[in-house]
Amino acid sequence: MIDVLYFAWVRERIGLPRERVETRAETVAALIDELRAREDRYALAFSDLASVRVAVDQDLADFDAPLAGVREVAFFPPMTGG
Amino acid sequence: MAVRLQTAPFAPGAELDAFTAGQTGAGAIVSFTGIVRDVPGGGLQAMEIEQYPGMTRAALEKIDAQAAVRWALAGSLVLHRHGHLTLGEPIMMVATASAHRQDAFAAAEFLMDYLKSRAPFWKKEITAGGGAWVDAREIDEAALRRWDD
Repeated sequence: MIDVLYFAWVRERIGLPRERVETRAETVAALIDELRAREDRYALAFSDLASVRVAVDQDLADFDAPLAGVREVAFFPPMTGG
Repeated sequence: MAVRLQTAPFAPGAELDAFTAGQTGAGAIVSFTGIVRDVPGGGLQAMEIEQYPGMTRAALEKIDAQAAVRWALAGSLVLHRHGHLTLGEPIMMVATASAHRQDAFAAAEFLMDYLKSRAPFWKKEITAGGGAWVDAREIDEAALRRWDD
């Protein structure tokens, strides 16, 4: 089980801030494929990965990051701090 | 080296005075303050800043620590708000202190460039027409790349 978190418009499109996901996905990219296949709202949120960023256990990561031993994955748009 | 994450407004002048008072060994202090600006044509009612609880503070501390490694800083302050903000209010500030101005300027720019694109904050502009997420700008990514080495 992995805690999957969503922020900003990714959260709004999917319609919830976090959920527990039962997955055997080995990478972030494989997890995204699983989520996309669930429902249209997920497919919409992940339709353009160029505008999605990911953090794995609260560190910024790439889509090919492995999920073995990971507790938390977060998806969000490019950050706009400052 | 100090990092503060808060919802409450702050007074940039008072923050800078307090920071300066603690920097007796420094000959130069640089500060930057970011404020909530209006949307083109006017009509901004509020700005909502979302953050990633748990990750945000650690990300700010990592950025602050990197600046301290790259430049000879006597001190630094990174202060960032989240939650509900109104027009003209300060969003965030950075301040850096060093013996001479070059390190203080460079470290302040570095901190700003990283805060813009690598700290988990998302701004939403609220107008009468609803809310719109602020898009990240390619110019901010480009600014970040100049620190790669």
